Amino acid sequence: MRHNPPPREPTLDRPLELPRFLPAGTGALVVEFGAQVDESTSEAVLALDRAVTAAGIEGVIELVPTYRSLLVHFDPTVIRAAALRQTLETLVAHPEAAPREERLWTIPVCYGGACGEDLEAVAKLHKLDPQEVVAIHAASDFRVYMIGFAPGFAYLGGLDPRLHTSRRVEPRLRTPARSVSIGGAQSALNPPFELPSGWHLLGQTPVRLWDPRREGDATIGPSLLLPGDRVRLSPVEPGEYRDLCARADAGDPVAQLQILSRTAEETPA
Amino acid sequence: MSANDTPGLRLVEAGLGTSLQDLGRRFFQRFGISESGALDAPALRLANALLGNEPGTAALEITLSGPVIDIEAERVRLALVGADFPVTLNGQALRTGRSFEAQRGDRLVIGLARQGARAYLAVAGGFAAAPTLGSLSTHSRSRLGGLDGGYLKAGDRLALTPGAAGEGPQLALPALPAPEAAKLRVVLGPQDDFYTDEGIETFLSARYQVSPRADRMGYQFEGPAIAHAKGFNIVSDGIVNGSIQVPGNGQPIVLLADRQTTGGYPKIATVIEADLPILAQLRPGEGIGFTAVTADEAEEIVLEARAAQAAREAALVEVGAARRPPAIRALLSADLTAGLARV
Repeated sequence: MRHNPPPREPTLDRPLELPRFLPAGTGALVVEFGAQVDESTSEAVLALDRAVTAAGIEGVIELVPTYRSLLVHFDPTVIRAAALRQTLETLVAHPEAAPREERLWTIPVCYGGACGEDLEAVAKLHKLDPQEVVAIHAASDFRVYMIGFAPGFAYLGGLDPRLHTSRRVEPRLRTPARSVSIGGAQSALNPPFELPSGWHLLGQTPVRLWDPRREGDATIGPSLLLPGDRVRLSPVEPGEYRDLCARADAGDPVAQLQILSRTAEETPA
Repeated sequence: MSANDTPGLRLVEAGLGTSLQDLGRRFFQRFGISESGALDAPALRLANALLGNEPGTAALEITLSGPVIDIEAERVRLALVGADFPVTLNGQALRTGRSFEAQRGDRLVIGLARQGARAYLAVAGGFAAAPTLGSLSTHSRSRLGGLDGGYLKAGDRLALTPGAAGEGPQLALPALPAPEAAKLRVVLGPQDDFYTDEGIETFLSARYQVSPRADRMGYQFEGPAIAHAKGFNIVSDGIVNGSIQVPGNGQPIVLLADRQTTGGYPKIATVIEADLPILAQLRPGEGIGFTAVTADEAEEIVLEARAAQAAREAALVEVGAARRPPAIRALLSADLTAGLARV
């Protein structure tokens, strides 16, 4: 099952494995560190992402970090795949030392009712009260694994196992803007527009996960969250939710940001 | 000065799927922003070359059924390159694949594609619109780019870059060999290990038909089902232009410019860049096969294709400075519908 990752291995004890290099047609290489969802795999992806960015390899166009791989788009008229692969192998073996800024976000969520139409059903499925589902979800220590699927759409890992829930048999063609949902072992935060989804809708967040008005903002870019960010959710009542939405639509992030630390590179001895 | 005094093009009819596209929105896929851009990028580049524009200048991507356009500019030079569309200016047939000039009050009618699916109408100097995240390409699903993030509608007005339409030679493309389209070349992977040997064999030997579900996001094909070896779910990873994913029903989907940035179906192969224009010109109901080349072979093919494209853009032929299109025989309306029978 894709949504039940194997038990997490200790991050620091894991030997550095050489990733697989897979072709994605012409002009793109996949550097795959694993097939599982776990923090050490994600950290390896993000370390290579930073290293390639810092190296400024001529011919590399853009990078797409995902749960377990880095997609490297390049121009084969500038750098051939074989040469790029060699350069990437060197960077994997000697990742740059620049630390990643560890960020913790607190994001308000309005649970249940009109905001989260699947809350009751999810509670029933797990033999919990809706309030317990809210408490468990909001107490989870989430990590952003990937931004993808839609502008600013954040895939969160760290969902409490008591809430792991298979996806809906019938996906919905449209789900409300700003939805907060769960699917398998993951949770997701949606940008402020409607999207198709097969996940269960628990609530909505006033925070605009995607806002092009933030282009050029040094602290918060158009995508509020970045892979590696930590997220805590803070339940709010419908009245406050509406006020926060109005403020968010006027340009206030309405999410709180704490810079925790700059994590040193976890290089095995 | 009122809006109508600034040079522009007015869409009297929009056509089936007309949108502003350039060579795509790069650098933001890591934030979930789809690349977008012209499905037939070489055709867009040639249309721009005919007008002396930068290769990536945004143009109208026209799909199967073209727009009717009123010219609201003193003078404008235009060029249409791509699928075979009938075109008239004030009722007089125009040859495509060459630049032409139009004046205020002229009406340009682009009919139904007789062959192929997409063409690009470029204007000298380009359109005056503000790019979003560095591109004018329209991504309708996330409402980015274009005029208001969507396909163009009747009544929309596209402003031209003021003063840019001026003088220029009338240029034509040299005759091009028709692209061979029997098979699309693919590089297997990155998740071909999710398919059985029989599944790969089916994929590479069968003929697949373009289904009606074929748009800028991707082409869903219909044909013999491709067998998975270990389910059809992967931990989501990145998707490129031409990625072929096969969901549970075994029917391949080739993902294109407007694709999502990440996805959770295993990708059996990727159509090589050089063959994406062939795919872009396929119409629902038409069939094609897939054939595998190695990644190294694909890279050589793509480098040759890029060089051939550059040579084509440099080999334009001057066809005189005719200010008005010569009167060729008027197209009968029957010609305009001839293409439909093939759909």
